[in-house]
Amino acid sequence: MLLFTLKRLLSLGLSLIAASVAIFFVVEIIPGDPARLMLGINATQDAVDALRTQMGLDQGLLARYWLWASGLLRGDFGISYTYRVPVAEMVQGRVWVSLPLALYALLLSTAIAFPIGILAAAKRGSWADWLVMGGTQLGVAIPNFWFAMIMVSILAIKFRLFSAGGFPGWEAPLAALKALTLPAVVLALPQASILARVMRSSLLDTLSEDFMRTARAKGRTARGAMVHHALRNAMIPVLTIIGLQFSFLLAGAIIIEKIFFLPGLGSMIFTAITQRDLIVVESVVMLLVFAVILVTFLVDITYALVDPRLRRRA
Amino acid sequence: MKRILTGASVLALLASGAMAANTSITIGDQLEPPHLDPTAGAAGAIDNVVYINIYEGLTEFASDGSIIPALAKSWDISDDGLTYTFTLHEGVKFHDGSDMTASDVVWSLNRARAEDSVNAQKGLFANISDVSAPDDTTVVVTLSQPTGNFLFNMAWGDAVILNEGDDIEALKTAPNGTGAFTFTNWVQGDSITMTRNENYWGDPAKLESVTIKYISDPTAAFNAVMAGDVDAFPTFPAPENLPQFDADPRFTVIVGSTEGETILSTNNKMPPFDNVKVREALAHAIDRNAIIDGAMFGYGTPIGTHFAPHNPAYLDLTAQSNYDPDKARALLAEAGFADGFTTTLKLPPPSYARRGGEIIAAQLRAVGIQTEVTNLEWGQWLEEVFKGKDFGLTIVSHTEPMDIGIYANPDYYFQYDSPAFQALMEELNNATDAATRFGLLQDAQRMIADNYVNGYLFQLAKTGVANANIRGLWENAPTQGSNLAEVYWVD
Repeated sequence: MLLFTLKRLLSLGLSLIAASVAIFFVVEIIPGDPARLMLGINATQDAVDALRTQMGLDQGLLARYWLWASGLLRGDFGISYTYRVPVAEMVQGRVWVSLPLALYALLLSTAIAFPIGILAAAKRGSWADWLVMGGTQLGVAIPNFWFAMIMVSILAIKFRLFSAGGFPGWEAPLAALKALTLPAVVLALPQASILARVMRSSLLDTLSEDFMRTARAKGRTARGAMVHHALRNAMIPVLTIIGLQFSFLLAGAIIIEKIFFLPGLGSMIFTAITQRDLIVVESVVMLLVFAVILVTFLVDITYALVDPRLRRRA
Repeated sequence: MKRILTGASVLALLASGAMAANTSITIGDQLEPPHLDPTAGAAGAIDNVVYINIYEGLTEFASDGSIIPALAKSWDISDDGLTYTFTLHEGVKFHDGSDMTASDVVWSLNRARAEDSVNAQKGLFANISDVSAPDDTTVVVTLSQPTGNFLFNMAWGDAVILNEGDDIEALKTAPNGTGAFTFTNWVQGDSITMTRNENYWGDPAKLESVTIKYISDPTAAFNAVMAGDVDAFPTFPAPENLPQFDADPRFTVIVGSTEGETILSTNNKMPPFDNVKVREALAHAIDRNAIIDGAMFGYGTPIGTHFAPHNPAYLDLTAQSNYDPDKARALLAEAGFADGFTTTLKLPPPSYARRGGEIIAAQLRAVGIQTEVTNLEWGQWLEEVFKGKDFGLTIVSHTEPMDIGIYANPDYYFQYDSPAFQALMEELNNATDAATRFGLLQDAQRMIADNYVNGYLFQLAKTGVANANIRGLWENAPTQGSNLAEVYWVD
């Protein structure tokens, strides 16, 4: 187990270094001078030059990469070009929107997917199975931005039950949770559909394994065999999907954040790109890469916990 | 018991919500400001929050665009036009409690014109040679040459008065001004809240608090207005939704004018546009009304020169560049382009440019000019078009008030290099007499129209929507930002 973990940690480190180089140089290629963008088209050139010096943009590319990357190692994400505040400070506010939203959506998605996936597998071929398969087909097919707009039109505009968007901040916890509910539901539905289908097919695969027949032959009830033998063996693909979904929800909710005008990480990157706030783009993307790699790492470790064979192979 | 309590608190919440509606307002805006220091950035979004409301200058814009006294209650101009003596209001305090005195004015103006200043409109202060404060309420500004629009310059958001010695970096997220509202809170990415300044030196604000909420997506903006999340959206991003608001008795649609001359900028140094005949042909190939209807849903005033139609000195020169495709073709043939030519049309993100660009491309095609249309982001546009001057045509709205002076800069991106025009601007700068200035401004308008420097399309309209019970919102946008102290609710 130790060797397995060490190997994974090494690959995690290498991925991070590669990602930092790729992100920095790709972002720096984007045309557009952040200083000119801030001062506008009537500003004199010497005012723009003064701002460039103030922002540290007059230094070379490599020097700036080194400054940035070594800062990251020390936990220093740099200072935003546009806002002139530490990026870490800006990220903090945004993480408390994006992370709860991702967790909320993930919670909803698993809470929906597990029961219906298991039900569909256990009652394969029944009307319940058909219903689940049909419903999830629809759930995967519906684009979530469209679903989001429909929900807003009905629940916010017609009935005024929810706000059309925005986020009041966590000082009002109930209002904050309410503000995240519509976006979370919209995000969760397609994810739940995918997860339920994976759950079902993975369970069906294990249910037809020899050890299941053995378990039943030993006198396990159908329910007992399902819970103690089938579910645990069916978890590997399900865990993989959950890991991927969490990464997607954290970084990929950008369109949903736009529709509900939520101040999350996605909309922050979006605005930062249009403002040429390169340091923010670089640091936040790096942070997201780190989160994704970390989640993958944790999922890998969980595999090993769930499946002892993986430990031995490593 | 618990349930009853919850019920009671919900009732209390509802009640407070209903009461709050009459003393506070939530305003929608599309772009969140990068920071809140109007003296170190051009972003209009900064002024939309702080101008007049939080920070004030010596003078300020009224809603009709005229210049009125602000921190300076009066002024004297010497006969040679070189010395301005401002008398300040007494008892004005910054929000942190310190007194606003003449030395704050001296410091603010000197900072704006300093060598290392990052003021986006440094040109406003270029002619100041000295600023001094003989006593606490008197400021004497000496100019190196007469500057006819000096009082106008001092009204800009870039010329507001800051507290001497404040930490400039800290002001970016916590402004400290003299205005009728004090800054309260900024939920980054979401909203900014200001509260009434109870110690304001002038007439206090009518509302207790103002929240400005940032919604960049037009569909989300529409939803937010419909759902009542925002009470007003003074510059609504989707004109196509306005008829729907207009038909709804819960809302009023506010249509006014801005300082934005929307032009088909033409690279005057790039062949074939260096030939005035080609530029004249371009002017006659364009049907302004089709662009206003097609791209702006009918909102906008046609212009024939680079000047705002609501300004008294405006000349309507649209007839000189009327829509006449046959004449355009004839002029092209005269210039040696009987078979037309191909050029680039680079479009920045605003919808006036993207939608207008398609229409203009079709209109130009009709007279034989082919365009390669490229959509650019603002950053790319600044790099390629504005800085690199690598373009044939582009569409952009010049939103600064009274910016005809840009035509005197031969290095400006459309590269109009006319010694005659430069001399005219020199003369205008030296004139302080209103009648003389009036005449010179009209000469300037005529000169650029005669030279067909750019294709003059329309004055950008300000189209907004508000709850029908709100009064006091500015109709026009004589500058970025507006005075929110005059806004109130009626029942």
